Amino acid sequence: MAQRSFSRRRSWRIPAAAVFLLSLAGVTWLLAAHLRSREPSHEPPVLRWGGDPEGGAPYVEADPRNPSVMRGFDVEVATAIAHGLGRQPQFIPVSWDAIDQSVRRGDFAIGMSGVEDTPARRATMLETIPYYEFTEVLTVRAADRGRFRTLADLRGRRIGTLGATMAYALLMKASGPDGFTTVSYDDDVHPYEDLKSGRLDAVVLDNIIAARSMRQVSGLYTQPVPLEVGHYVGVMAPGNGALRNRINAVLLARMRDGTLERIFKRWNVWNERQAVFEARLIRDGGHGTVAVGPSLPVHRGVLATVRRYLPALFAAAGITVVISCGAMALAILVGMLIAAGRIYGGRIVSAALLGYVELMRGTPVLLQLYVIYYGFASFIRLPAFWASLIGLGLNYAAYESEIYRGALEAVPKGQLEAARTLGLSEPQILRLVRGPQAFRLALPPMTNDFVSMLKDSSLVSVLTVVELTKQASIFAANSGSWVLPGVLCGAFYLALSLPLAHVARRLELRWKAPTA
Amino acid sequence: MEGTDRMTPVLEIRGLRLAFGAREVLRGVDVRLEGGAFVALMGLSGAGKSSVLRAIVALEPFTAGTITVDGFTLRPGPVPRESQLRALRRKVGMVFQQHHLFEHLPARDNVTLALVHALGMEKAEAERRAMSLLDALAVSPRARALPRELSGGEAQRVAIARALATDPPLLLLDEPTASLDPARREELGGSLAALCRAGRTLLVTTHDVDFARHFAQQVIVLADGQVAEIGDPAAVLSRSSHPATQRLLQARPGSRAS
Repeated sequence: MAQRSFSRRRSWRIPAAAVFLLSLAGVTWLLAAHLRSREPSHEPPVLRWGGDPEGGAPYVEADPRNPSVMRGFDVEVATAIAHGLGRQPQFIPVSWDAIDQSVRRGDFAIGMSGVEDTPARRATMLETIPYYEFTEVLTVRAADRGRFRTLADLRGRRIGTLGATMAYALLMKASGPDGFTTVSYDDDVHPYEDLKSGRLDAVVLDNIIAARSMRQVSGLYTQPVPLEVGHYVGVMAPGNGALRNRINAVLLARMRDGTLERIFKRWNVWNERQAVFEARLIRDGGHGTVAVGPSLPVHRGVLATVRRYLPALFAAAGITVVISCGAMALAILVGMLIAAGRIYGGRIVSAALLGYVELMRGTPVLLQLYVIYYGFASFIRLPAFWASLIGLGLNYAAYESEIYRGALEAVPKGQLEAARTLGLSEPQILRLVRGPQAFRLALPPMTNDFVSMLKDSSLVSVLTVVELTKQASIFAANSGSWVLPGVLCGAFYLALSLPLAHVARRLELRWKAPTA
Repeated sequence: MEGTDRMTPVLEIRGLRLAFGAREVLRGVDVRLEGGAFVALMGLSGAGKSSVLRAIVALEPFTAGTITVDGFTLRPGPVPRESQLRALRRKVGMVFQQHHLFEHLPARDNVTLALVHALGMEKAEAERRAMSLLDALAVSPRARALPRELSGGEAQRVAIARALATDPPLLLLDEPTASLDPARREELGGSLAALCRAGRTLLVTTHDVDFARHFAQQVIVLADGQVAEIGDPAAVLSRSSHPATQRLLQARPGSRAS
């Protein structure tokens, strides 16, 4: 009986999968055709450029008076380039860490949003000549300005920065000899807040970001000696060399005629360093100062690259597993308590628990993680790991509780009545009869949730935890391509979730309720 | 006063009234069972037989009357909490028509559960007791089987063993013959008669006239929520002129010529 229904199910599964794949292919083809038809063969009258509005002033921000308009020095430089090419600028918003992939896809011609000149980017993308020279600077609490002057002073301390940046690479390189911990953030505001609250002892980031944050967060001090010098460039797709060369010419012309100087002065980021830098660039005609074009041997062959990143990915997968398992254990425990409270508790307890469930299910888990980590920081300063585990656990507890409540209510009444006639107390009935039977009903949906948890745990990277996905994106930023990191990352997740699904199927079969 | 005095009833029901919403299922039922009796509670479907049993084990609230089991009295109103029913649970065992064996436990653990957790018996001793009960009911070879692996007859015998585990003086069985073939029915009757000889009091609902006639010492016929007839099976089931009993006899499926 079971055998037959199984084979029947399988027999429609294959055509269904085929139909699904075919329609997917069809939709993709139509979309591609549609997009192709939209691209005229002659040169478009607009220059599409991509930037991250979340980067904020002075780079790119939404004008507070009219949020549909972008402003910032990157916006003005892009506009100057477009006009120099005889085109109109068209802004395409993009997340900062996706600029390279997006420009490669052809979403826009050039990405500029504080995009750094790095060896990896030079090797895999096209870069314009640099248009701004920045420095990586060390920011500490004002009270520590005499104590923490250099990275070497920060042995055993925690230093924050923005992930996948030059500053991050600099810290990773120095953390070995100098013995500090690098904490990677997804944005450049929270590191300074965490520095002030004591979660960090220093932040290393671009001087422009440091100066901005000092205006927003009080009690900080930036050391005057730069740790490293870097350059902002426009990033373009490989193969777009002709346009890149024209843009370089425009940039040099705008340096010569003082347009860039006026822009940078308007945004308060002009300094003596820029004057020297621009003069040198103009003298060399855009060459010499910075190596433009492939320079560092980034491509070492797939195997070597994999071997280099595998240990870090394994460690990150470990973090993913520990956080997922811990959060799931918490979710199961709290979920059981909520379910029991909703069934056995009085009206008030039950209503309060329902409120909790609806709140947790009705708001994004990302927001909940932020609230637990940053929102509660004023009275309880949880370490990122624990905030992640608790945040995910409490969120999933709401879903688990609904599963358990349904499962508890699905246990046949006859089972409970039989237990009562035998003289078992209500708590005993829950523990010995109702609970175990409900658990068997709840197991399949619980396994689903655990697999979801493995993947949702990637959200905790916003709380500076470097788990699997975060490590893969660091890897991608360093190597300039998502292909290999993406494949490895996916393989790790599959290796974690497939055995789980297998075990669950086995248990499900063994505990299968009679179909009678 | 408790005791084995044959004059003290093990079960006494007086004026029992029970309603499901507006529908009154029992309208003044009186039953008195002496120790060691084997009584068949008969009636057509819907006559209220099961409701009587469920009221006795405090699974169903009733609106009027009293139920006294071996000195423990249930009164009208909501069903008391389990903590107040401890004494009752030791006095009466129940075998449900659908058995309601605990699906997640093997046969033996179904029997030991109450011994270990309600009586606080040592696990090893509870297991010995369970095995001897299963042995007496001829299902000990199936001790490790899960309920869903048991046949209907096996499940019933495990359910009887489970109900007997805590040694209650009164045992209730709801329609035990319903799903048994004639041979199994004979076996069941024999087992129950043996329990009865050992001093256990049995109240068995059934609409199986032959079963009642062969094994019961007394027959109570329920009709329209009241006791229509009460007496010796041979007398009630052969010569009765009561219309309710007549209907019961006519409704008998595949009735044997007598």
